[in-house]
Amino acid sequence: MRTQPTREGTRSAAAGPRGRTDTGLEVRRRRPRLTRDQALLVCLGVPGGLALLVFHYVPLLGNVIAFQDYQPYLGLTESDWVGWQNFSFLWDGNPEFRNALWNTVVLTVIQTVLVFPVPLALALTLNSLAGERLKRTLQSVLYLPHFLSWVIVVALFQQMLGNAGMLNTFLVQNDLPVLQVIGSPELFKALITSQVIWKDAGWGTILFLAAISRIDQEQYEAAAVDGAGARQRLWYVTLPALKGLIILLLILRLGSSLSVGFEQIILQQGPVGLQASEVLDTWVYNNGILGGNWGTSAAAGLVKGLVGVLLVIGANKLAHVFGERGVYEK
Amino acid sequence: MEKPHPITQALKFVVLAFAVAVVLVPFWSVIATSLADQETINAAGGGMVMWPGGISLDAYQAVLSGGVVTRAVVISVTITVVGTLLSLAATAGLAYWLSRPRAWGAKPVLMLVLGAVLFSPGLIPSYLVVKEFHLLDSYWSLVLPVLVNAFNVIVMRAFFQELPKELFESAAIDGVGAGTVLLRIVLPLSKAVLAVIGLFYAVAYWNAFFNALLYIQSSEKWPMALVLRTYVVNQTTIGGDQVSSGEALPPQLPLQMAILVIAIVPILLVYPFLQRHFAKGVMIGAVKG
Repeated sequence: MRTQPTREGTRSAAAGPRGRTDTGLEVRRRRPRLTRDQALLVCLGVPGGLALLVFHYVPLLGNVIAFQDYQPYLGLTESDWVGWQNFSFLWDGNPEFRNALWNTVVLTVIQTVLVFPVPLALALTLNSLAGERLKRTLQSVLYLPHFLSWVIVVALFQQMLGNAGMLNTFLVQNDLPVLQVIGSPELFKALITSQVIWKDAGWGTILFLAAISRIDQEQYEAAAVDGAGARQRLWYVTLPALKGLIILLLILRLGSSLSVGFEQIILQQGPVGLQASEVLDTWVYNNGILGGNWGTSAAAGLVKGLVGVLLVIGANKLAHVFGERGVYEK
Repeated sequence: MEKPHPITQALKFVVLAFAVAVVLVPFWSVIATSLADQETINAAGGGMVMWPGGISLDAYQAVLSGGVVTRAVVISVTITVVGTLLSLAATAGLAYWLSRPRAWGAKPVLMLVLGAVLFSPGLIPSYLVVKEFHLLDSYWSLVLPVLVNAFNVIVMRAFFQELPKELFESAAIDGVGAGTVLLRIVLPLSKAVLAVIGLFYAVAYWNAFFNALLYIQSSEKWPMALVLRTYVVNQTTIGGDQVSSGEALPPQLPLQMAILVIAIVPILLVYPFLQRHFAKGVMIGAVKG
């Protein structure tokens, strides 16, 4: 208890002029060191803050070139302002852009319907296993692909499913017809989707398993006493307990819904062709960076980003209407 | 509770065994093929094998004896080590500043960090900024734009804030400055979070493909990701001039698989450390963010 007054003294000195208990002398004596501390704190933080400012916020402002006829040799200040022309160019039927938009929307829908439930199902299956050790070992194996880059994942899929891959080598050896999976425009969306599941389904189980482990065990016991079978306990105890998390993850997913895997798709565009494989992100890259159409590509990127933010806000509002917490409170 | 139905139990087992096999079989066959000798590959019609037969390290010897793959390994390792150290220092510094109560300017900067989690700047403007700073085709273009991950700052700040307050108070009583507090108290107590965030950064630097594709133009500066794309995904033939092995090259497939294994091995090595900690890291972020 003895140290209490001293502690308070230090605190109020740090608070500066608001220090009431300290004598003026003490405050003056301490201030130089505290100021030095403040300066040091700022110095420690500045490199990181500067990196965010320069490589995050400056580009965010750089989106103004969506309203310019940007010419690299003229730069941001000298290029002509063109108003909404870049946006109307996109909207009035640029066929490649339309195609990319369509593919993006289709992939978003497919992935929300097919990819999203897999980690939940996997988590529920894992959780119903007896034996902590087995559970954890299986989990560790299933997480692994999350840490591999898309280049590696795409390469692995080629070696498994490509023309000279494992599957087809096996089929040929058994006199069966070859299955053209890699490089087939019809199967491209299925391939993309299965790669996403392979890479991240295990990783997605983390949050679900954490949430399941927090459910009160007594609820299960009470349900069992009342005669609920395993399926009923899943339906009336587990899933309602996970409802909030599921909604939260769905909302977060909406925010990135128009980003359907730049790296993954750009790596596999060659043999498939743009008709089946171009999405918004790859269109921005191909049209902007490779094609030099900076203004229209920036416009497309800006619209994409804004749509993502609006979808999140809208979905969050909807969640509030249904009495859920959502990502943030009202 | 009653025992689950045996058929349900069996079904679960089959589903999980299938999932595990789907993850592990590709790794296994890639490693086996990279080690396979010439006869085994020929017997498989030039395709992937599940058992290497006579084990041969020729493919590794060829790609690691100098040339494009060796250079890419050196480049990627350097970028990963330098980038991770710089990222950790910048992230820890920023997080420490933001975690101290009553630190100057911490509130608006915190908003800056949170905003960076929410809004991503878009590809074209990011590219133009890197270009304006004359970083195109420089290794710095692979480090500086990704130097600080805002989400990692938030995780680390949450960790710093949870350190016992009494430590800071007694340090203040002893008249110790903020710098000494950071070096002697905060960092030694934060080894776990530094390890997790450091590993996350390291994995990101090692895997980086997107930025390398955008910013690195000359092929002699390619990191592993671009070498992988060219020689494994796009199956460009590896000739004698790509490697400086004096002898005749092994068949293409084991060479490609050796490159793939070299790209995967570092991840497999850090994985046990990673996965011991990451669940905790993710949870802090999810709860506090």
